[in-house]
Amino acid sequence: MANETDTGRYEPLRSASGEPLKVSLRRSLRRQKLQALGLVAPLFLFVLVTFLAPIGGMLFRSVENQIVGDTLPRTVAALGEWNPNVQELPDEEVFAAMVADLKIAREARTASRVGQRLNYEFSGMSSLFRSTARKVARIDEPPYKDALIKAHKGWAEPATWKVIQRVSAKYTPGYFLAAVDAEQTVDGDIRMLPDRQRVYLPLFWRTMLLSAFITLMTFLLGFPIAHLLATVPTRISNLLIIMVLLPFWTSLLVRTTSWIALLQKEGVINDLLVGIGILSDESRLTMIHNATGTIVAMTHILLPFMVLPLYSVMKTISPNYVRAAKSLGATPAYAFFKVYFPQTVPGIGAGAILVFILSIGYYITPELVGGTSGTFISNRIAYNISSSLNWGLAAALGAILLGIVIVLYWLYDKIVGIDNMKMG
Amino acid sequence: MTDSNEPIVRFIDVQKSYDGEILVVKNLNLDIARGEFLTMLGPSGSGKTTCLMMLAGFEPATHGEITLNGKPINNVPPYKRGIGMVFQNYALFPHMTVAENLAFPLEVRRMGKAEIESRVTRALEMVRLPEMAGRRPGQLSGGQQQRVAVARALVFDPDLVLMDEPLGALDKNLREEMQYEIKHIHESLGVSVVYVTHDQSEALTMSNRIAVFNDGVVQQLSTPDDLYERPENAFVAQFIGENNRLMGTITEVNGETCTVDVDGGGIVKALPVNVGGVGERTTLSLRPERVTVDPPENSPNVFEGTVEELIYLGDHIRTRVNVCGHDDFIVKIPNAAGHASLAEKAPVRVGWEKDDCRALDA
Repeated sequence: MANETDTGRYEPLRSASGEPLKVSLRRSLRRQKLQALGLVAPLFLFVLVTFLAPIGGMLFRSVENQIVGDTLPRTVAALGEWNPNVQELPDEEVFAAMVADLKIAREARTASRVGQRLNYEFSGMSSLFRSTARKVARIDEPPYKDALIKAHKGWAEPATWKVIQRVSAKYTPGYFLAAVDAEQTVDGDIRMLPDRQRVYLPLFWRTMLLSAFITLMTFLLGFPIAHLLATVPTRISNLLIIMVLLPFWTSLLVRTTSWIALLQKEGVINDLLVGIGILSDESRLTMIHNATGTIVAMTHILLPFMVLPLYSVMKTISPNYVRAAKSLGATPAYAFFKVYFPQTVPGIGAGAILVFILSIGYYITPELVGGTSGTFISNRIAYNISSSLNWGLAAALGAILLGIVIVLYWLYDKIVGIDNMKMG
Repeated sequence: MTDSNEPIVRFIDVQKSYDGEILVVKNLNLDIARGEFLTMLGPSGSGKTTCLMMLAGFEPATHGEITLNGKPINNVPPYKRGIGMVFQNYALFPHMTVAENLAFPLEVRRMGKAEIESRVTRALEMVRLPEMAGRRPGQLSGGQQQRVAVARALVFDPDLVLMDEPLGALDKNLREEMQYEIKHIHESLGVSVVYVTHDQSEALTMSNRIAVFNDGVVQQLSTPDDLYERPENAFVAQFIGENNRLMGTITEVNGETCTVDVDGGGIVKALPVNVGGVGERTTLSLRPERVTVDPPENSPNVFEGTVEELIYLGDHIRTRVNVCGHDDFIVKIPNAAGHASLAEKAPVRVGWEKDDCRALDA
């Protein structure tokens, strides 16, 4: 615009009263903006308080590490001057601080928690703290050094002190390292766990692979259905869409458990195959509580998320394009691949990214039908939240999962373009 | 290989029904000459587009035969017919550039790269858009898209091009400009064109012959001037151009003249075109521009009327007259030197020649 003020070469436009037009415009739109804000505010606050804040807090736990500093404040302060690289034990002063801290921790019953936290970094710490805490009340005069080592010989190891000093920082990379199957050695170096001990990387990899495969399956099954929906008369397509949406009206749990009824060893499909003599009774197929079960059930559950974006895009593609291609001499197959298919790509992109992102974080279905070979990273997160109570690790795993989704979304934007995505 | 006098397309007893109950096309027989610009004109639902779709191969004929260059094509799929087609909303492929759109039919035919390039360039020059090769259809104006669509239908040198209301989406000025442009392209290439439209002025402007469709039947197939000046039935007279209709009963038929007792009063002498015998009903059709104000005394039809309304339209004055009991009788008075000047509600004498008043079916 020739009159825009930021070009610098033109006088700003002024309204009749002489004030700049932009100011005038902004004021006239202020009411509308406030109104729009007012309409959004309740939902925004709700999401902020009940969703964003807890998630933020939860993710913060992946690096948060107050417990050592809070429980052993004197020890941490005294260890500040100790150089961990000399292979010697700290001074008497540090031992004295530890005894004082442990006495308080014992009263507050926090000693075993600190031990458990330190145990994530260096095994043996948990029992060291538990047994010392029991005996610490009887230590009431110096030299504290000898007394502590007498209580538990773990205190004579410089490594114990190195770990305490390292983990005394307010923030820790430990949970994230554990989430990618790495650890910090006593000396602070980062190294990968040996292959046999790796848990999370293979699980991340499996989650991605199975999700990609589920996405591919929903595409292969959903594309023809969406095409049919988009080409039959509206009266029929409305009925078919209801059938596509029917699963949404049934509980997720019911859908998943009905797959168990169908696929299990004594289930409908195996019984049928044995009944008509295709399988012998001993060679019943294992179709559930493994990756196959997860793929079958999740493909079914996520199929509508592929069909609907595809359908909405296909519906906007005029049949005249394919007709035009045919009139220009293209065979039906050539017309389909060169003219029709490229125009459905925005729908494929939208459906694929939707299914993949939903799938990568899915919990209930893999939990129920996944067995050991078909579970996802989310099942492991849930385990760390509710069974092993290692919330920091759960938070780190969740943060990585969130990071993967964001990276994929960004990649998708780079390659296909978010503007090309059509949900309907 | 083919006789140049032989029609390029023949519809032989073609019928079409979508639901098995209603015939959308009833027994169509139509020959399209080589190099001809033939327009199928009619109101919506008259079966014209269905005929075009049958010719293109997108709809099967329920009965009858369609031949192209003398060969029956009922069982030939559309992509083997080699007919160019321009669609209503252009149907340019949105994910390809203009040049890729134009190259599409050539690539399908496995032409060499150089050949494709030169043909695309020539086609773009033909429609005067040589600098648009790299654009996508979405970046072009409606008129430019239209030209690309025409170029794409012609780029592979088909004998026959079908156009399905191609100008429907354009505004009036552009539409007229494109009418001339398509007409000129047709003349310079000598290709046969079958054009479907519901716009009669478009049909009159462009066509060699016009087939007027109504109710699944070709009402009349003639040149534009014949169609306008010598309509053969009341529908054609009403559909093409403006038309005064006077209903009446025939009282006498005498060779080239018949006498009609008009319902609202008055005896009119007319040209019998499509009438039964004495006592039958008839519709008299009379063009507003063929009516004269203050006709000479020896005129066969002279009536007294009242001016009801005057509308000034620049080149002529549209005058609504109450005459013979009809108050919707239109007279066009050309805005020429010394034209009659009339006042509303004033009495007026109007008259017309016998041959201009055609007695048609009721």
